Amino acid sequence: MGTLDRTVRSFLLAELVAGMGATLRAFFKPKVTINYPYEKGPLSPRFRGEHALRRYPNGEERCIACKLCEATCPAEAITIESEPRDDGSRRTTRYDIDMTKCIYCGLCEEACPVDAIVEGPNYEFATETREELMYNKDKLLANGDRWESVLARRLELDAPYR
Amino acid sequence: MAHFFLHTLIGQVILTVLEALAVLVPLLLGVAYLTLAERKVMAAMQLRKGPNVNGPFGVLQAFADAIKMITKETVIPSGANRFLFLFAPFLTFSLAMTAWAVIPTNDGWAVANINVGVLYLLAISSLGVYGVLIAGWASNSKYAFLGGLRAAAQMVSYEVSIGLVIVSVLLAVGSLNLNDIVLAQRHVWFCLPMFPMFIIFFISALAETNRAPFDLPEGESELVAGFFVEYSALAFGLFFLGEYANMFLMSGMVSILFLGGWLPPIGIAPFTWIPGPLWLIAKILFCLFVFIWVRATFPRYRYDQLMRLGWKVFLPLSLVWMVLTAGFLLATGLLPQGGAS
Repeated sequence: MGTLDRTVRSFLLAELVAGMGATLRAFFKPKVTINYPYEKGPLSPRFRGEHALRRYPNGEERCIACKLCEATCPAEAITIESEPRDDGSRRTTRYDIDMTKCIYCGLCEEACPVDAIVEGPNYEFATETREELMYNKDKLLANGDRWESVLARRLELDAPYR
Repeated sequence: MAHFFLHTLIGQVILTVLEALAVLVPLLLGVAYLTLAERKVMAAMQLRKGPNVNGPFGVLQAFADAIKMITKETVIPSGANRFLFLFAPFLTFSLAMTAWAVIPTNDGWAVANINVGVLYLLAISSLGVYGVLIAGWASNSKYAFLGGLRAAAQMVSYEVSIGLVIVSVLLAVGSLNLNDIVLAQRHVWFCLPMFPMFIIFFISALAETNRAPFDLPEGESELVAGFFVEYSALAFGLFFLGEYANMFLMSGMVSILFLGGWLPPIGIAPFTWIPGPLWLIAKILFCLFVFIWVRATFPRYRYDQLMRLGWKVFLPLSLVWMVLTAGFLLATGLLPQGGAS
């Protein structure tokens, strides 16, 4: 009986028809695609995208050149040089991130004692040349200025879980 | 005017060219949009949206693809046979177009209404193997060569069962003229009394056009892209168009042989108002939809499974059915006596 059942089923293409039924049902279902450049998916406050160096509200840069991020960076993508500024505070003279080396692990952000270096929500920073991905301090500070409101909000949202 | 076109040589040449254009231009447009339709339908079945940026619903995507294909550089591999390498896509493409000469779009509306129409179609689709084989050989690449061999073996195997299925249709019609084949389906389309043959023909058509789930010659997971792996730009485009034109052709054959060509489903008022060519187009589009639907549904066959299906399942089935048809027609005295037209 089992053999007969199986033979009849295979001759009637039962499984093939069932499979085509499944795809036809999918054909009429609402689509899950997001119209990407015009529509974007939600991002977690912990999303690790393009880096930024933040400033205090009075305009002073947060980074104190402790070099913890440089030390912790597993890809050795961060290079920092520092010297005392005229007012005696220690500041970076050079803060470079090689974005082609960076693995976006977020350890720099974790290590930073003053929330200066953060990974922002921006993931659309593709460039046409490799050189443009060697970020320097100016670029990172500019990123910080550009995204500050979003960055502050994200840190605030994530704070209870830290 | 009528005399000029029908009774002078030059008039007939002009008339034939115009008729050919009337078939080829819509066909080429159809092929261009079939590529878009395939992407759209496949996308919908995979819960995606498909191309929708170029023009409303992505309708300009076909032209964007064409422009891309034309402006790219044609790379000819250094070890390739230049002439054959460029000849193969041209052959595939032109054969797929040539076959349309005998497809009737309405009663008597064919560029060439010849009495051996079916034979002509079989001959043309057999020649299609050469385009693939030549491409595989002339590319001087092992992937292309293996793809070409596979394609040749596959197309030849499935042509056998296609031939036998066509024979059982011919038994019921008594004529090789495609026009007569359609007219013989005035009362009932052949897809009903010959349903198993209809399915076998359709599946063989999938294999014949190297479509999923029988797209082993292309087999991107094992042969990169099969016989056209070395092709680029316009040569690739011609292959691509040829392949889709072949899908159109096979859908046309399915419609003519089994779905009653230009005939409406029932010969009564609301259906007969719609002109014949529209019925034929609707049937062809339905078949093409099923082609794409099948591609979106099934995984690719293994090569030995493909050969087993062709030689050990379809061939005996269609042979038995052919004998049954002949016996039934003979026993009931329905066997058409020659010269039906």
